[in-house]
Amino acid sequence: MTTKLFGEPVQRREDPRLLAGHGRYLDDLGSGALAVAFVRSPHAHARIRDIDVAPALDVDGLVAIYTWEDLPERVGRPLPLLIPHPALTHGRTAYPLARDVVRHVGEPVVMVVATDRYLAEDVCALIEVDYEPLKAVVGLEEAAHGAALVHDDVPGNVGAHLVQEVLSAAGRGAAEAIEAAPHTLAFRLDIERSASTPLEGRGVYARWDGTDLRVYSSTQTSTSVRMAIAAALGLPLPHVEVIAPDVGGGFGVKIVHPWPEEILVPWAAMLLGRELKWTEDRREHFIAAAHERGQVQHVRVGFDDDGRVLGLDVTILHDHGAYTPYGIIVPIITATQLLGPYRIGAYRVEFSAVYTNTVQVTPYRGAGRPQGVFCMERTMDKIARYLGKDRTQVREVNFIQPDEFPYDQGMIFQDGRPLIYDSGDYPRMLRMVKELIGWDDFRPAPGRGIGIGCYVEGTGVGPYEGGHVQITSDGRVHVSTGLTSQGQGHETVFAQIAADRLGVPIERVSVVTGDTRRFGYAVGTFASRAAVMSGNAIALACAKVREKALRIAGDALEADPADLTISEGLVHVAGSPSASIPLSTVAVLANPLRYAFDEETAKATQFAGTASPDRPPVAEGEEPGLEGRGYYSPIRSTFAAGMHAAIVETDPLTAEIKVVRYVVVHDCGKLINPMIVEGQIHGGVAQGIGGALYERMAYDADGQLQNASFMDFLMPYATEVPRIETGHLETPSPLNPLGIKGAGEAGVIPVSAVIASALEDAEGIEIDRMPISPSELFDLRGG
Amino acid sequence: MKPPPFEYHGPRDLGEALETLAAVGAHGKVLAGGQSLIPMLNMRLAAPAHLVDINRLAALAVVRETPAGVTVGALARHSEVARCGAHPLLAQALRLVAHPVIRNRGTVVGSLVHADPAAELPAVLAVLDGSVRLASVGGDGVPTDSVRRDGVQKDGVPRGGVRRDGVQRDGVPRDGGGGVVALPAGTAVRDVPAREFFTGPMESAARPGELAVSAHFPALGARTGTAFREVARRHGDYALAGVCAVVRLDEDLHIDAARVACIGVGPVPVVVDVSGVCERRPAVSVDWPAVAAAVRERTDPEGDVHASPVYRLHLVGVLAEQALREAAREAAA
Ligand SMILES: Cc1cc2nc3c(=O)[nH]c(=O)nc-3n(C[C@H](O)[C@H](O)[C@H](O)COP(=O)(O)OP(=O)(O)OC[C@H]3O[C@@H](n4cnc5c(N)ncnc54)[C@H](O)[C@@H]3O)c2cc1C
Repeated sequence: MTTKLFGEPVQRREDPRLLAGHGRYLDDLGSGALAVAFVRSPHAHARIRDIDVAPALDVDGLVAIYTWEDLPERVGRPLPLLIPHPALTHGRTAYPLARDVVRHVGEPVVMVVATDRYLAEDVCALIEVDYEPLKAVVGLEEAAHGAALVHDDVPGNVGAHLVQEVLSAAGRGAAEAIEAAPHTLAFRLDIERSASTPLEGRGVYARWDGTDLRVYSSTQTSTSVRMAIAAALGLPLPHVEVIAPDVGGGFGVKIVHPWPEEILVPWAAMLLGRELKWTEDRREHFIAAAHERGQVQHVRVGFDDDGRVLGLDVTILHDHGAYTPYGIIVPIITATQLLGPYRIGAYRVEFSAVYTNTVQVTPYRGAGRPQGVFCMERTMDKIARYLGKDRTQVREVNFIQPDEFPYDQGMIFQDGRPLIYDSGDYPRMLRMVKELIGWDDFRPAPGRGIGIGCYVEGTGVGPYEGGHVQITSDGRVHVSTGLTSQGQGHETVFAQIAADRLGVPIERVSVVTGDTRRFGYAVGTFASRAAVMSGNAIALACAKVREKALRIAGDALEADPADLTISEGLVHVAGSPSASIPLSTVAVLANPLRYAFDEETAKATQFAGTASPDRPPVAEGEEPGLEGRGYYSPIRSTFAAGMHAAIVETDPLTAEIKVVRYVVVHDCGKLINPMIVEGQIHGGVAQGIGGALYERMAYDADGQLQNASFMDFLMPYATEVPRIETGHLETPSPLNPLGIKGAGEAGVIPVSAVIASALEDAEGIEIDRMPISPSELFDLRGG
Repeated sequence: MKPPPFEYHGPRDLGEALETLAAVGAHGKVLAGGQSLIPMLNMRLAAPAHLVDINRLAALAVVRETPAGVTVGALARHSEVARCGAHPLLAQALRLVAHPVIRNRGTVVGSLVHADPAAELPAVLAVLDGSVRLASVGGDGVPTDSVRRDGVQKDGVPRGGVRRDGVQRDGVPRDGGGGVVALPAGTAVRDVPAREFFTGPMESAARPGELAVSAHFPALGARTGTAFREVARRHGDYALAGVCAVVRLDEDLHIDAARVACIGVGPVPVVVDVSGVCERRPAVSVDWPAVAAAVRERTDPEGDVHASPVYRLHLVGVLAEQALREAAREAAA
């Protein structure tokens, strides 16, 4: 067998390219393309009275100006509602260009094409749009009050309302269970908005050659963008290709599609017969992409003397912004993942997703979980505080035990399937995290506190992914999968899987993702699913290729394929490497040829004597070539888990908050590459620190985003992110052949809960909202 | 986020720069390190018709230390000034200014002219009673049409080498006088003291057509110490509030004079002389709450998305005490 690769900290193969500036991002392409820019609404809510383009017509370099009225019917329709749900009774999506009403600052109103972006922006500045301002609905409470409406035909601003209830073992509902409990608590929690804010914004580059449309998009799902474009432009699918080039971060915002620009840029490229490119700038990204997180939660909990939760009732007000293109996935995840590693007596959760005149809300790494975990973990801390118990003890009595898996939480998860946890060992994980941070030895002091947070994350949601593996006559292995990469390390982990399965050195394996020319069937990269879904699909494809290779080699070596193995790219009889045949030769033999183009391929031609004259060159049921496809489609999600702990220090005078230690214990089943998992955790924790201590979307009462730049939206620098200590626990998933669970989003999920827990410990003040700034801590201290 | 149209001027010497500035008058802006101006252009918050790029004027890339103090030329970058460690308070302040890449381009004089109320360097100039030298020629009556076209580039790409090693610690002043920058004959010069230079948030006394050629930071006397304390949300960000302090001790190591300049708590750096409140005591027995109160008394912070006015007011008192104590320790050392 070749050196084991699966499970090893193989260095990221994409890094030399990306770190040395050789990445090819969207804006690195199409240097000759015309530039697109948009006039965007300066109002949060307004009726468009008139658009006057005349003052802009003299700008040298102007090519075209489009408003909604210029769009053909298909293109001008409201954007699709990607994930319908029966509870989303009033789903609303935007028009690609505003039709008559704008509903948030940043909504696209006019599209401009010019010879370069500078001129396009000059044109935008000269176009005069006459708006009749309408009352802006900003903030959850104002929206829920319903006095002013975001959409005239959505009463009370409520887009969706959903209740799920799980009865206790004794058949009690949550209200009854809380009523009957020895102790009860009730409180309110607030979570602010934040956003994915990838370093590279969105972008679209389109080329039309009269027959075929090629679109590059900085997307998390090229296959689905392709279908959306084909549908909107009325093109046959085989004539549309979509490619995700190197993508400088996604974190959820780029799974939303089609963005208006993804339809409009290809449409205008076809109309004008020119290459067109739109590259989003930072301000656009803040006001015209998507945000997440904003919720208000009202919690009631009943518990016994040990802290065991007997009943939990959570009512969530979820800020959905102006539109619901991604359905109600975010609040559904909050509602269903809130329970974390705990078995709760009775649980009732109710959410209202309300519209506001702000940027739409769609998943951002963690996707509703940070809010749910904040709720559950604040609850655990409050119970401990009330009972005077250690916070970890209260968690412990509520844990699902290792012998209870698969554990059915009795709800419906975001994939429409039962919420059944596949595997885990929460008590052990708690022991590990306590040991790593030194929980039992920690001596609290004023201004110094310790905190903890636990979560469970449903990962690897379906419906499916596929992989294609081909070994060419030079012995190289070409792997492709349809989902996309945004820096996660897919080129490395998928190559590890293929090299391991096929017995070839990893240097011979190359991986392509997100290119519909190479693989047309895929769902996308989100929900910590790439490793689980494509990883298993690629493993299945490799198994097919391996089986075929052994069969062909068996013929050539006159050996039983069952006795053969592959290592270092050579097929040989197990235990006797002398009789061997390289995979390159097997690849040649797999593809009977009439014409040779080199010495190697000559072996597959008709007079080479390598084929039996009594059989068809390609046997019935066979295909030429050494390649295979595999698809993986799980019955339901796998459930990863983690526990984080932190020590924070606060300044008694300035109220500055410092995270002095941060510890993570993480279980994503079998690790393909521990170094990459750690990298994912580090990035996630960094975003979590942002959400806990720095980032917010500061809307004023008129719906103007006051901090739409990296100067004022405080994404943490490396200097603000603590060193992260990690421990791994592996409880393999029984649901997939590789035993893996997802890891992409994990790091971010419990951070707000952990920091709140530690701050509360340090300050002795209850922390019920996130993020928290020194100024706010100062206020909480009483000024 | 692309700038509105402007005409780019790349003068090769000081004389040409001053003439160009005179010609474009109120329609022109000096481009120094560009670390504040370029973002403002890109966000279309500023739309000057002409940019006069001074980056080729190597003569301005000087730092000169004399017994009277440190004079910093208009092209001396933050990082160069910090590296040559010319003035202790300047060095302390520059550690708090932005990040290395920004310090490699941003200029000390540019920061003064930019006059951000939360910036560190204006406070340093203010607390030290320094001054800015402004130069101009002609007056602004010259019509734009007569702008010299040589050296004018429309593409905004600066050409030609910018001197990177231009910092000289004891360069001989070529004008033989108080300045370190030789000015062409006929140049009108005025030295504006800090208290008159900062006129409002992002507003300085520099008039259209004027080039700030240098700034002078007076030397500290004997038994004098300095410190800069601030609270910023992230490392290198503009401060929520900050205080720089200069303390002079007498021979018995009692506080003889104590001044602070506060940032982020008013439209311009707020200078407060607290010598009186310190009552000639040694630092350990000063009534610090009274000092903090005296400083707070003089400031009137505003709130924004990062901090409330009350918090800033609290901070400025805390930081004043910390900076003054540290400055006193340094003075005694
Ligand atoms: C991310 C970031 C963080 C920052 N953080 C801080 C910080 O913490 N503290 C801080 O103090 N600064 C900070 N800055 C600003 C930085 O210090 C700038 O370098 C400085 O404010 C301006 O200097 P400049 O040379 O870049 O000037 P420019 O941007 O070129 O010009 C600024 C203004 O001054 C005028 N000007 C410049 N030079 C002259 C001159 N010689 N004569 C006449 N007018 C002139 C220009 O016309 C313009 O109006 C930050 C900048 C960035 C981008």
